[in-house]
Amino acid sequence: MNSGIPLHYFLILATVMFFVGIYGFLTRRNLITILMSVELILNSVNINFLAFNRYLFPHKLEGLFFSLFVIAVAAAEAAVAIALIINIYRRFTTINVEDVHEMRY
Amino acid sequence: MINFNYTVWIPLIPFIIFIILGLSGHKLKAKLSGLIGTGGLGLVTLLSYFTAYKYFFTTVKVEDAYQKIEAFQVTWLQFTDKLHIDLGVLLDPISVMMLVVISTVSFMVHIYSIGYMKGEKGYERFFSFLSLFSFSMLGLVLATNIFQMYIFWELVGVSSYLLIGFYYTKPSAVAASKKAFIVTRFADMGFLIGILMLSFITGTFDFITLTDPSGSAISQGSGAAFLGLSVMTWSMIFVYMGGVGKSAMMPFHIWLPDAMEGPTPVSALIHAATMVVAGVYLVARMFPVYAISAPAALDVVAWVGALSSLFAAIVACTQNDIKRVLAYSTMSQIGYMMLALGVSGYGGHDGLGYMASMFHLFTHAMFKALLFLGAGAIIHAVHTNFMTEMGGLRKFLPVTHATFLIACLTIAGIPPFSGFFSKDEILVAAFHHNKALFAIEYIVAGLTAFYMFRLYFNIFWGKENHYHHTPHEAPAVMTIPLIILAIGSVFSGFIPFHELVTSDGKAFESHIEWTIAIPSIIIAVIGITTAWLMYKKETAIPDRVAAAFKFGYRWAYNKFYFDELYLFVTKKVIFRYISAPVAWFDRKVVDMTMNRIAEVTHHVSFRIRGFQSGQLQKYGFAFVSGAVLLALLIIYLWK
Repeated sequence: MNSGIPLHYFLILATVMFFVGIYGFLTRRNLITILMSVELILNSVNINFLAFNRYLFPHKLEGLFFSLFVIAVAAAEAAVAIALIINIYRRFTTINVEDVHEMRY
Repeated sequence: MINFNYTVWIPLIPFIIFIILGLSGHKLKAKLSGLIGTGGLGLVTLLSYFTAYKYFFTTVKVEDAYQKIEAFQVTWLQFTDKLHIDLGVLLDPISVMMLVVISTVSFMVHIYSIGYMKGEKGYERFFSFLSLFSFSMLGLVLATNIFQMYIFWELVGVSSYLLIGFYYTKPSAVAASKKAFIVTRFADMGFLIGILMLSFITGTFDFITLTDPSGSAISQGSGAAFLGLSVMTWSMIFVYMGGVGKSAMMPFHIWLPDAMEGPTPVSALIHAATMVVAGVYLVARMFPVYAISAPAALDVVAWVGALSSLFAAIVACTQNDIKRVLAYSTMSQIGYMMLALGVSGYGGHDGLGYMASMFHLFTHAMFKALLFLGAGAIIHAVHTNFMTEMGGLRKFLPVTHATFLIACLTIAGIPPFSGFFSKDEILVAAFHHNKALFAIEYIVAGLTAFYMFRLYFNIFWGKENHYHHTPHEAPAVMTIPLIILAIGSVFSGFIPFHELVTSDGKAFESHIEWTIAIPSIIIAVIGITTAWLMYKKETAIPDRVAAAFKFGYRWAYNKFYFDELYLFVTKKVIFRYISAPVAWFDRKVVDMTMNRIAEVTHHVSFRIRGFQSGQLQKYGFAFVSGAVLLALLIIYLWK
């Protein structure tokens, strides 16, 4: 491989991004921030796809297409999630996730 | 071969009327629904008479015997080649005779009910139930196979239940209807067992195959034995158990007196003339099987009949409710019919008892329906059931009085009324078979005359009571059926039954045996005279007699404590020693296990419900931890 950057650099970056996303997902109280964390998780996966595609199967395109799919799905997901958040705001006048706990025992 | 296809309409017409009145009766005017029911029954009566005429006088006899004709037959349920249940119409002398009896009495009762039930709540309901009953009863007698008979047997039970409980707001009527249904249902269980055993032995349900005297069905089943009786005999005894229940013989008679809670026309139709003789009809229908392959069962029939008639006659002498007296008298007369069948043989002059039984069934239907309808007219006039509150009614109710007197003379067996002829034949048959049975029936004949005239004198003579308003004769719509039935009671004795309805279909010679007839007339006259002395004027004799036989009187007055015995057996024995432990097991073991499981589930879920906090991030945390844990497991344990 002629690239100067070794594969595991990409993997470390993706792992860090993934766990930052998980951390944000579990600790932030604002729904918008949680949504952003989810985007981080998705993008870390994208990086993995591209890195593996480039380093392991340079003559194939599956990894690229997968990441394109993920981006498209993420866009759709963001639209749905924001619609949900707007409705939650109308119903509870807050987007703090701890205050939205109707669905419990 | 004459075409009898139309006979299928005889049971179907009442059924259609039942559906019409049952579904739309409340929209019709009360009077119209009564007319529809009565008109339909009139049509059925015409068809029945026409059938009887054609069957008895225009069909060709084979070897001098009336043949069994299957006028209509359809396979209803086909299980295997051999096992199938059919529905159809079977015509033979007894079923045609029963058609005449049922349609006549039912028609009379319908006409009578138009007057009797006037202004009652549920008028159209009453007529729809009457039609249902007529349908079931006609279907029963026309059944081509024993299973069809069983189906209609249960249907008459249901219609009887519905009609006894017609006044469903009255607790005693509700209790009586339940009692009638449960007691007969219990007996029908025996009937069903009998049917199953019989069809297992013979491999057929069909009456024609089953009762063919030279057929294979009858000769089979004499092999295996249990307690000294062949399996065939046992099955016939079980079948007879159904008849015992329906015909209110001992020990299943307890429902009949209570069934008098129903409207009086119902008592006349169901509990006097038609349904209660279904047991007799059943034995008559299966008669060749009884007579040829199960004579021991026939002895059971005879003795049950004799004891029931004696028992009922004694009880009838002490009761004060006129309908109950008539109920016990019905039971006693049905005992006569059973006994006549029991002492009969098969074929020719041996079948005298069979002929006598059918004869008595016919005449009894006429005069007992007349008695009940007369009692209804009396109750209608004075608004009480108790003869102690009546007296001197002959001036107020001339038509009822005359017809009631005719019926009393008929049942007492005074010539030339019809009861004399039929009862005489029974006594002759009993005399030639078994002297003990003859003696019992002889005494019962005297008792019958006594209690009927006790009833008569108490109602129509004796001291006049102070009535709230002057009793008045019933309207014409009620008295005309009385008159018609009275004519039937007088003249039906002259029908030559020995030429028409015999055990093998062949006519035989029969004449009155005066050596037996004259003593029976004498004892009837003695009974009437005794009643006349005791009850024509108000005297102290009845009380003195009652005091003299204090013990016996008390037993008879309380119906020999049969009801108490049943209550004791059910409440004190069955409920306490069987039902109570079973209930305890159910509550403490079965229910307790289930309750404990439910409680444990409840407690556990109460403890762990905190997990479902509604906090999205807690769920997320659990999910991520789980995923991580699984990943670690896979990495380190999978290898």
